Amino acid sequence: MAEPLVSVRDLQVYFPVHSTGAIRRHVNDVKAVDGVSFEVARGETLGLVGESGCGKTTTGLALLRLIEPTGGEVVFDGDVMENLTSAQLRNLRKRMAMIFQDPYASLDPRMSIGKIVAEPLEVHGLADSRTEKNHRVGELLEMVGLSPDYRNRYPHEFSGGQRQRVGIARALATEPDFIVCDEPIAALDVSIQAGVMNLLEDLQRELGLTYLFIAHDLSAVQHFSDRIAVMYLGRIVEVADRVSLYEQPKHPYTQALLSAVPVPDPAVERSRQRMVLEGDVPSPIDPPLGCNFNPRCPQVFEPCTEFDPSLTAAAGHDVACHLYDPSEPVLDG
Amino acid sequence: MSDHLDDRLAAKPVSRTRETLQTLMANKLAVAGLIALTILVFVGIFGETIAPYGINEIDIPNRLTGPSGTHWFGTDDLGRDVFSRVIVAARVSLQVGFIAVGFALVVGVPIGLVAGYYRGGIDSFLMRMMDVLFSFPAILLAIAILAVLGPGVGNAMIAIGLVYTPIFARITRGSVLVVSEEVYVRAARSIGAGNRRIIARHILPNVMAPIIVQTTLSLAFAILSEAALSFLGLGVQPPNPAWGRMLAEGRNFFQQAPWMGIFPGLAILVTVMAFNFVGDGLRDALDPKQKSVIESRGQSV
Ligand SMILES: Nc1ncnc2c1ncn2[C@@H]1O[C@H](COP(=O)(O)OP(=O)(O)OP(=O)(O)O)[C@@H](O)[C@H]1O
Ligand SMILES: [Mg+2]
Repeated sequence: MAEPLVSVRDLQVYFPVHSTGAIRRHVNDVKAVDGVSFEVARGETLGLVGESGCGKTTTGLALLRLIEPTGGEVVFDGDVMENLTSAQLRNLRKRMAMIFQDPYASLDPRMSIGKIVAEPLEVHGLADSRTEKNHRVGELLEMVGLSPDYRNRYPHEFSGGQRQRVGIARALATEPDFIVCDEPIAALDVSIQAGVMNLLEDLQRELGLTYLFIAHDLSAVQHFSDRIAVMYLGRIVEVADRVSLYEQPKHPYTQALLSAVPVPDPAVERSRQRMVLEGDVPSPIDPPLGCNFNPRCPQVFEPCTEFDPSLTAAAGHDVACHLYDPSEPVLDG
Repeated sequence: MSDHLDDRLAAKPVSRTRETLQTLMANKLAVAGLIALTILVFVGIFGETIAPYGINEIDIPNRLTGPSGTHWFGTDDLGRDVFSRVIVAARVSLQVGFIAVGFALVVGVPIGLVAGYYRGGIDSFLMRMMDVLFSFPAILLAIAILAVLGPGVGNAMIAIGLVYTPIFARITRGSVLVVSEEVYVRAARSIGAGNRRIIARHILPNVMAPIIVQTTLSLAFAILSEAALSFLGLGVQPPNPAWGRMLAEGRNFFQQAPWMGIFPGLAILVTVMAFNFVGDGLRDALDPKQKSVIESRGQSV
């Protein structure tokens, strides 16, 4: 891969848990993100997939430094984000943006949508005059399929899909290179999901955007991503390009996720084998010893309950599983 | 585009403010309160012009006469017209109320914003200070402050303002703690907005509702406090009329001339109730969920 636009190394985000009672003691941590590494190349879409609560949003927020990571490093276009002063970081925010999971919560209810979209322009001094600003806001609203006449209206007057379009316009205002799309359609009616999805796709093509696209099931990123990273309980278990991830999933968790995605051909759908995961996702406060997936893994064997598998290359995939660890005896799966 | 703006709703932008006003206008008590306040403010401004007699026109032969066509509220022990004095005193009551509450707002709200937004040490420090102020009963604290500053209208404003500052700091901080966790605040940070901008453009507008309600309710209590201080001789000084003073003077003639105390007492009652009705109405109109958040400091007198 050529010089990546974003690279994340061993990112950790722990949320402290305090005891209740008169004296608040730091008793434990929610290990929301626990050693995540990946790279996103310029112009590509990396899909980040995993069940609810596995740490996808937290990864996106820490990557953009909207929450302080506990450990690890994020490099954006050559700059180590940790080393930036707060002024440099705010300036860098021009080049990165986030589209949030819940469009009902991400727009300030006291601001008209015109003001919301204009805010990035004001913050970074990107419009010299009021006329220029108004013109640019109109342009941005049109770009996302909203009429500029709506600029004086308030978020509560819009549907979820329209609000998400406002959120997209805000994200585009500074002409960023990189956008974290955090389940941008998950909260929307099914009937309008495709419209927003197509918009994001078109924008990427026209503007040459780089996406980290978060979703909780594989079908949502299937057609959209160049590569896909699968996350489980704060860790990445497998990264591969879209086609080979779908055709030859390596990690048992990826295999289980894929078997849950319906296949359009009914004959195939009926005959194929389904893998049903048993048990619940363990708590990120108290993850199991060894591989985080071992309590639910159908192929669990000796080292799984003792050692953490690390993400290593195996036939074009990066996979964190003892089944593919060259130092382990090879078992045929 | 598959999701169109609902055309029925598209006729005109509906602002939250208009919605709030409509709800407020549907509340009969709040409307009554608003009417009373309008009259009161009018009287406060034009009191001296409306008053049929001068406030210090002494008329000993006609002292302690009951309400009549010539003296609607009767006369006091010096033969002064009680109606004129009640009307003229409206101004000082409103002035003390507005200035004292304005002081509490201007000091308390920024303290609450800073404490709630930055949290940590600055929060503990500021709120500890507010707790100390708040731990005294309101009127005792005001008296103590006046004992230091000396009696008078100006000092009464400062004293009452200081007494009400912690309420505004607390209410603001409480709302800021909630609002600063909102996703739209994070979104503002994501596009590069700095702390000051976030506080001014995103936090403050979203914590205004409880502050507005508290302002209205505090006006009632501040006016009551002023009356209490003047009653004790610590506020408005003679020969200027104040409702609290007149009540105190009327006490000595309660058997002979009950009107001397009843009418200024009624003026206080009507004013305080009017502000309370409007405040309650605003609270319901702005956000019914806020009910428990807003503190009222009822032990004023
Ligand atoms: N501020 C916080 N304090 C404590 N724990 C948190 C906080 N934010 C997130 N968590 C926990 O961290 C874990 C990961 O949360 P995160 O929101 O990143 O998950 P997610 O993968 O985005 O899930 P979803 O698909 O539901 O959005 C969860 O267990 C969550 O409860
Ligand atoms: Mg999430």
